[in-house]
Amino acid sequence: MKTVMSNKFAICLYVLPALLLILVLIYIPIVLTGYYGLMDWDGIGAMKFIGLDNYVQLIKDKMFWTSTYHSVLLAVFSAISLIFYLIISVILASRIKGANLLRKIYLIPMLLSSVAIAQLWLKIFDPTNGMLNKLLELFGVENTPIWLADPNLVLVAIFVPIIWQYAGFYIIIYYAALKNVPEEVIEAAKIDGATPWQIAYRIKLPLISGVIKVTIVLAIVGSLKYFDLIYVMTGGGPNGSSEVIASYMYKEAFKTYNFGYGSAIGFALLILCLVMTWIIQKLTASREDIQY
Amino acid sequence: MSEITTQKRMKTIPHTSPRPKSSIGSKVGFGLLYLILGIIAIFQIYPLVWLFFFSLKTNQEVFGLSPFALPKDPQWSNYVKVWTQGNISLYFFNSVWITVVAVLLTVILASFVTFAITRMYWKLSKLVLGLFMVGIMIPLHSTLIPLFSFFNNLHLIDNPISIIISYTAFNLPLTIMILLGFYQTLPREIEEAAVMDGCSIHRIFFQITLPMTTPVMATIIIINMIYNWNEFVFVNTFISSDKWKTLTVGVNNFVGQYLTDWGAIGATLMISIIPILIAFIALSNRIVEGLAAGSVKG
Repeated sequence: MKTVMSNKFAICLYVLPALLLILVLIYIPIVLTGYYGLMDWDGIGAMKFIGLDNYVQLIKDKMFWTSTYHSVLLAVFSAISLIFYLIISVILASRIKGANLLRKIYLIPMLLSSVAIAQLWLKIFDPTNGMLNKLLELFGVENTPIWLADPNLVLVAIFVPIIWQYAGFYIIIYYAALKNVPEEVIEAAKIDGATPWQIAYRIKLPLISGVIKVTIVLAIVGSLKYFDLIYVMTGGGPNGSSEVIASYMYKEAFKTYNFGYGSAIGFALLILCLVMTWIIQKLTASREDIQY
Repeated sequence: MSEITTQKRMKTIPHTSPRPKSSIGSKVGFGLLYLILGIIAIFQIYPLVWLFFFSLKTNQEVFGLSPFALPKDPQWSNYVKVWTQGNISLYFFNSVWITVVAVLLTVILASFVTFAITRMYWKLSKLVLGLFMVGIMIPLHSTLIPLFSFFNNLHLIDNPISIIISYTAFNLPLTIMILLGFYQTLPREIEEAAVMDGCSIHRIFFQITLPMTTPVMATIIIINMIYNWNEFVFVNTFISSDKWKTLTVGVNNFVGQYLTDWGAIGATLMISIIPILIAFIALSNRIVEGLAAGSVKG
């Protein structure tokens, strides 16, 4: 067995194509992003080495901090909304008839492209003919908001389709985890007189803490990467009030052809994602994953 | 997993545990829970129903009447118009073949790697697995500028090869993660027997292992299909001419031109999501399983 299964030629044949793809298209580019960040470069002409100038400029750049603030805000919103998804999942997993159908209905928006979602919600938020304002008018609201054109409302408005898109995804993850909690643990708690609330809070939640940790990482790192939806819905506007890191990077690189500076932003995004992942892992590592 | 727990439960818990008595209070409570779950379901589904309705309406109906009204005289011509007049049919075809090629490439390469990692003996296997797993955390936006310049130097900008290999590279980590869980549970006895019989490693992979993975194969194919079908950033960045655009980018540009024709916009959006909805109705269990497995087993 061992001799056949350690055939060097076969191993190379099986591993190298995929390995080359991720090295060339993922790992080398992230190193190059940091390197291009040291350059003054328009993407076409020659690069000029300018040391840390781009990174110094980045630290002083108000727009960069504004977009970072928006990204972090979305990440915090997303992390908080996990609580709401968790509660729904606990309800769904507790002897609800039709739970299977319901969680599938919840999931449908997740399967659509962000572009389709963005275009659909552009229509829903349309100030004069959109579903939302027409609904508000039915309830007698005058001076209906202009949603995406209002700098104070735009981030909140954008967060609604984000919830719409991802709620089902987190609910099926939690639901699957909750259904994996062995029934005898819960039956034992019931015999000991635990209330449904105690069972949910003291038994089920600690048992799925590993999964909750994964979803926190997914929600926070995922939010830092938001791009498609915002790019299509507002393009970062009005006047930068919905700009996020990825959209700001895209604008700098592919709209104003500031490839060097765009790379510096891209590198900052990478560092932010990796640091956040590491911090969440550290913060939650102290609690040992509970086994059952 | 769930089968095992069910068996255990049947053995260890005879039906002696007292069932909660149904009082009026608990009935009202349950009613309230169903109400909440129902409202969420409506929130999730109604925007799509509204989209379907306005794709069949005239502008007068959309602007003048209630958004909750049914289309009076369904304008199927909206669909015919966008399918025949714009490039939507071309974008649709591009989305189909690019998705299919990228999915096939991803699935076969990921199966190769997973087989090598779980079945073969080599020193760097842990390191290589680590590289694939860390790949899940890397934001693709951070790779966009170097990738653009790389493809530009190879004259692959505005060439579908650039997006196909990018899709493959960025979907490999998740696909391998889902496959790993399955390969680790597969029994090795058949493969070991085949080695004893002098079977070559390639025949073992293609004729024994690969056919055993068909259940998980269905899951990763459908998950990859959805991701590729919906991808936007790579196409938007690497493709500039209409002949290679896929539906996401095509729809986005097209809708921009039709700012005021709501029926046409609705029909275009419906065309782009119908394949996904059909796949979902046919394969919802696989999709649910794939999405849940992708994160839970991490």
